[in-house]
Amino acid sequence: MNTEEINEIYFGDVDLPVNPGRREFIKKLGAGLFIIFTVKPFGLIAEEEEDKVKREDFNLFLRIREDGRVECYTGKIEMGQGITTSLAQVLAEELEVELNSIDMIMGDTDLCPYDAGTWGSLTTRLFDPVLRAAAIEARMELIKLASAELKISEDQLKAENGFVVAVKDKTLKVSYGSLTKGKRIVKTVRRAPVFKKPADFKKVGKMISATNAILKVTGKAKYSGDIQLPGMLYAAISRPPAHGSKLLSVDKSKAEAIPGVKVMVIENLVAVLHANPNMAANAAAAIKAEWSKPEVLATDKTIFKYLVEQGKETRVVEEKGNLELGFADADFILDAEYHDGYKAHASIETHTATAYFEGDRLIIWASTQTPFGTRKDLATKFNVPLEKVLVKPILLGGGFGGKTSNDQAIEVALLAKESGTPVQLAWTREEEFMYDKFRHAAVMQIKAGVKKSGKIVAWKYNIYCAGNRGVNDFYGIPNLRVALYDKKGIHPFGTGAWRAPGNNTTTFARESHIDVLADKIGMDPLAFRLANVSNSKLERTLRLAEKTFKYTSAKPGKNRGCGIALGFDAGTYVAVIAEVEVNPSTGVVKVLRVVCAQDMGQVVNPHGATVQAEGCITMGLGYALYEDIAFNWGEVITRNFDNYEFTRFSTTAPVEVAFIDDMNAPPQGGGEPAIICVGGAIANAVFHASGARVNQMPVIPELILANHK
Amino acid sequence: MMEKIRFTLNGKPVELETDTSQILLWVLRTGFGLTGTKFGCGIGFCGACTILVDGVAQRSCGMAVKEIEGKKVVTIEGLAEGEKLHPVQKAFLHHEAQQCGFCTPGQIMNAVALLKADPKPSRKRIIEGMNGNLCRCGAYNRIIAAVETASKEINGGTKL
Repeated sequence: MNTEEINEIYFGDVDLPVNPGRREFIKKLGAGLFIIFTVKPFGLIAEEEEDKVKREDFNLFLRIREDGRVECYTGKIEMGQGITTSLAQVLAEELEVELNSIDMIMGDTDLCPYDAGTWGSLTTRLFDPVLRAAAIEARMELIKLASAELKISEDQLKAENGFVVAVKDKTLKVSYGSLTKGKRIVKTVRRAPVFKKPADFKKVGKMISATNAILKVTGKAKYSGDIQLPGMLYAAISRPPAHGSKLLSVDKSKAEAIPGVKVMVIENLVAVLHANPNMAANAAAAIKAEWSKPEVLATDKTIFKYLVEQGKETRVVEEKGNLELGFADADFILDAEYHDGYKAHASIETHTATAYFEGDRLIIWASTQTPFGTRKDLATKFNVPLEKVLVKPILLGGGFGGKTSNDQAIEVALLAKESGTPVQLAWTREEEFMYDKFRHAAVMQIKAGVKKSGKIVAWKYNIYCAGNRGVNDFYGIPNLRVALYDKKGIHPFGTGAWRAPGNNTTTFARESHIDVLADKIGMDPLAFRLANVSNSKLERTLRLAEKTFKYTSAKPGKNRGCGIALGFDAGTYVAVIAEVEVNPSTGVVKVLRVVCAQDMGQVVNPHGATVQAEGCITMGLGYALYEDIAFNWGEVITRNFDNYEFTRFSTTAPVEVAFIDDMNAPPQGGGEPAIICVGGAIANAVFHASGARVNQMPVIPELILANHK
Repeated sequence: MMEKIRFTLNGKPVELETDTSQILLWVLRTGFGLTGTKFGCGIGFCGACTILVDGVAQRSCGMAVKEIEGKKVVTIEGLAEGEKLHPVQKAFLHHEAQQCGFCTPGQIMNAVALLKADPKPSRKRIIEGMNGNLCRCGAYNRIIAAVETASKEINGGTKL
């Protein structure tokens, strides 16, 4: 899957809340006790047309084995979001089995049903209800089987800890395993089940030390670079200085003089292979290659001007009322331009893959968020049918959207094919910064009209390169126009989805400007938001944040301030309030605390949701205050952690997360939403603390001091 | 230069004939198959490759093999005694201080060395001592809590 397709999914309809009425469970398959269910009718999971092997219309299935173990097959992957555990907990809960009797089989393109990719905060919101429904279906089927075996009516039986037992006499029982012995039963989930109430949960939401957590703390957890195969060679690559460089000449002599080195030049890829990774790195450094230097069109200093010059209006996202009349009606008109620089995903695991050929079949472990997309990319590259590629399941050391793109998998496969040996390629950190698909730099121009009474009456919003995720108005502005500007090839390097794509950037701009308006008419920013917000869920979420934070209009102390931001992402409403202290002489910001309130519908796994929201806020402080890429057009200057700062122990802040737990609403996204409000809340808190309105992220000391009033 | 080098690895004496200018991280990973020690940045700025050398936390991505001649090296694989996890490992599990888990071995090794040097560190001291270990998933607060819990156990407090 290419970046544009991924962006379409990301920037497209991921924001739409899931409608439970559209759920539909279908189709069938055979062997053992199988329970099949699908998420396809939700519309996001595209059917893989070429995928003839897996044409069945399901995206997850369960199997109760004869030995009583439960297998759950899904094309999703684990990259730290904890779904291996949280999905197993949900399954154990509704199926009434022990957690350790469940095997999660994830992301194996031979064994698992098709899945478009793990992104968009979709796993819990889409999979949770269907997984639970399938578990309930399995439980009811097992009770039915037990009823026939024990000759007790179904209503006198219940499921308990891997057994079906008689309600009145617990000595009358039969295990799940023995019920499925010698049978081949296939069930498809068709009915809307009665879910267990969260109050009755015994497993969901409990802290547990999952098998996979024990592997992680003992160093036994395996990632793509931990696969070691007999005869495997390590690849190191001699890279061009900039994106767009073409190979002019290459002198391989010094590298080839190193014993055991294989040098390979495949198109623009200049690679060395060696059985020892130290030697491979040395040999790559010994390659002398000459590359062309592309023309410099913009740098990190000029990029915002460049984007506005080059961007063309591509789409009007929302239009209401009459802007001219709106501005005429306003008491004050304020316009501003907001900027956001490029950001790296910076997963601690770089893009990595290990591959070999078994005859004409490619077997690969890759740090990919989209195993099926990677399989398709590889099959396309080698012009072979999909079944000639097997992407094996493996853990990821972080993803955040960056591992939806997998150039390293193509590179390693080319080298494995050419060399005829198993090959491992782990990008160096410098390669990772060079070839990461950065979060887009973006410009937001906002012209807004407000009345002295506190009502926003006009909003003209031009968004350059940040997309439309989460930009729809929720302040009930009667006269409004939101337009997107972009151009193919506008960025000097690859760009792509970065945790809640685009929404961090646009939420920062909108929420900064809301504060600018509130300040102009002398209203408290929280009261101003409450006066305008037109969405009742967002209103109650803000109220929850206010209460949790114990917000007051007063400044919390000398050089201190509080900032608020609201947003909407992946079906979830978010309100963040942050308190900061700004050093008046250095401009250095210390974040003192952050409160995040979320309305994500029913909270199915409060603990998992809390951990994800905490991670979001912590990561978000990085993009708000530190993260930025220096570049000279295609030449990326920021190439390692010595000059790419993100949140660390000393700059993290206490985070408190609160949920509106709406039992009657379907679950919504949890892996991304909380991150979107961090930039806006921090910029607003910095203004409250110091009087400096910084219109650009990251909000760095230099900009704070320059904007000091 | 090829040389014979001897050191103790996870409690066992080992001998290796190698070019001693080689980077220790890769020797541990490929020479000994100890893949729990991770590559993150290659310049000692993220801490994913942290190991103990004579009880002190070191970044193995910047160390030549010759620097460990005669020394005691402990990697994440050598921390637990059989099935018995180290208090820091138990505390990580208890606080769910790992998300993707990739930085976790380095975090744990760094924390173990920190507690060795200062068994009762203040919160401020924990933050200072751990500050060079990066976690992109943002589990810092949970890691701090885990180090505090492990410190209590090490000092005779409640065992997890």
